[in-house]
Amino acid sequence: MNQAAWKHATSSIRGLALAVGLGGVALAPWALRAQNCLACHGDASMTDSNGHSIAVDGKKFGGSIHGHLHCTNCHADIKGYPHPDKMAPVDCKTCHADEASQLSASVHSDGKEHPCTSCHGNAHEIYPKTDPRSAVYPLNVPKTCGQCHSNNGMARKHGLPSIYPNYIDSIHGFALTQEGLLVAANCQSCHGSHHILSRTDPQSPTYKTNIPATCGKCHAKIEMEYNAGIHGQAIAKGNLKAPVCTDCHTAHAILQPTESQFRMQSTPICGNCHKDKYSTYRDTFHSQLGSLGGYVETARCWDCHRAHDVRPASDPASPINPANLIATCRQCHADANASFVRYQPHANARDRKLNPGLYFVRLFMNLLLISVLTFFLLHTILWVVRSRLNQMNNSPRRAANGGKHD
Amino acid sequence: MTELEQAGTHPQSGGQEKYYLRFSREQRYMHAVLFTTFLGLAATGLPIRFSESFWARKFASSVGGFGAILFFHKLCAVVLTIAFLFHVKDVFKRAFMNREKGIFWGPTSMVANWKDAKDLFGHFRWFLGLGPKPKFDRYAYWEKFDYWAVFWGMVVIGFSGYAMWFAPFFAHFLPGWALNAVLVIHSEEGLLAILFIFSIHFVNTHLRPDSFPMDMVIFTGVESEEEFKHKRPLEYERNSKRGELEKKVSTAPPDWLVKLSRVVGFTAIFIGLTLLVLTLTAYFD
Repeated sequence: MNQAAWKHATSSIRGLALAVGLGGVALAPWALRAQNCLACHGDASMTDSNGHSIAVDGKKFGGSIHGHLHCTNCHADIKGYPHPDKMAPVDCKTCHADEASQLSASVHSDGKEHPCTSCHGNAHEIYPKTDPRSAVYPLNVPKTCGQCHSNNGMARKHGLPSIYPNYIDSIHGFALTQEGLLVAANCQSCHGSHHILSRTDPQSPTYKTNIPATCGKCHAKIEMEYNAGIHGQAIAKGNLKAPVCTDCHTAHAILQPTESQFRMQSTPICGNCHKDKYSTYRDTFHSQLGSLGGYVETARCWDCHRAHDVRPASDPASPINPANLIATCRQCHADANASFVRYQPHANARDRKLNPGLYFVRLFMNLLLISVLTFFLLHTILWVVRSRLNQMNNSPRRAANGGKHD
Repeated sequence: MTELEQAGTHPQSGGQEKYYLRFSREQRYMHAVLFTTFLGLAATGLPIRFSESFWARKFASSVGGFGAILFFHKLCAVVLTIAFLFHVKDVFKRAFMNREKGIFWGPTSMVANWKDAKDLFGHFRWFLGLGPKPKFDRYAYWEKFDYWAVFWGMVVIGFSGYAMWFAPFFAHFLPGWALNAVLVIHSEEGLLAILFIFSIHFVNTHLRPDSFPMDMVIFTGVESEEEFKHKRPLEYERNSKRGELEKKVSTAPPDWLVKLSRVVGFTAIFIGLTLLVLTLTAYFD
């Protein structure tokens, strides 16, 4: 017998002994002893009249968090043997009243679909959440929630978005499943466990204005920077248009921000609100270069404006404050100088008042392009038609006089 | 009968026909460097100009991303710049050192003159069936336009390109908005050059019925007497009056050169037309 099995066996015995002791003292004389129940239910093939298994693995139960309890502590309507066929369902809230009341106020209050065992697993094999065997052990949480919040039947039945595949490929999911990092965010880190609320509920940790604090539980420094920035201040004032963490990083499919895919997908996200700035950015070489891929270092919104501590240009602490421009441009352009930073990263060649020089240059170039092409297209088309007509008119004669041209 | 057949190995006129040298080896090499680097610049410039089109990112990723594209773009630009400077040096040498006549004025010059205006007008009259076809000399007005368009284009595109490449340096003497303007100038002028060369130059010089499918003279350097007389009557007459025609007599181009020219020329035209179609799809997207 190896050490683990031995430990397991001893703890089972200890659990059983404890159960027997408790039964003997506190619950006597009517309480039935576990080993009495297991005389029947210990048979792994035992089923009820509907064919559902009603077998209990005594060893596993003994080692579980409830191993010290008597069967009748939970199956309270059993007063003796033989017991009736139909029995009341076990009510966990008899002991777990707080959790039960939280659950009944949550999005999972529909008890028929969400008995405790949906998340905690087999009722006779429940382990503490610090135990790797537990269905709610941090490394097991995504899989447990994913039973319903994936692309399977339950998600489809309730029209739930498919979360699990997004999460599992995210930086959090990767840290959890690949590295086994216990501190990596799993579902309940952000959503809580029993008292999960809809993100439209202002009490929910995933309600828009609560998200910075929720993410800040781990990302404390980023939260401080965000709160100092213009977006954080707008959210603090209750402006729900301002972005929070999830608007840029998404809620579940969170990528490593230096990854090319994230850098490629995020500029349009800023553009959702900053439409004019996005439009003028797309006119620049930065954008042309950035949208091609393979050169992800190219300047995107947050490279100049910062990602979290975004401040208006008038703020002396802003990277785009005139006093800081040279340092900001030098992040990429090592020899940027005072005249170089007069370049306008958001110049609008269509705006005559704002950028007159650029406006007239563009106008001139467009007129040049259109006039040259129009003139020569006309010239060429007429030429081709005339040459072809002459060729066709001359073809019988040409054959006669040795292939002379028109 | 097309002039490609005439320039090559036409069964009836192949053996006896006289050939005249019209473009020197240096001129043909210059054209080859020009169209090779131009195709390279267009192929690497268009994906940047239309970086959001469906083909740009595919093309970029297939050649190694933006970094690779910009590297080839700059490489072609440097080669073309050297060719350009070599040409300018050559013109100055011929005009001022060798005291060659007819560089800046006259029938053999690239500089436009009154006859070009009359030829343009006359050509239009001929298009509409209102008059005879003008007689062209060594360089016709549309060829002079091609030359100066390329000349001006290289100065403008080259300057704006180098201004972007070495922006901190150019920023010392350009105003701030000029750094924005150089991109507009570079891309618009580049687009004009691409649209012009791949549609108008291709048709005017190679694809029009008189030359279809390709005018071989810039590849082989020689032209048959019949074609020479037909296309450049004034140059032919002038040379024969002065008795200089015999100096230009050459032999028919060797078979391998004709074949090579065809392969190279058709490849260039194919690439150019492909880029033209891609440009138009992106432009009207």
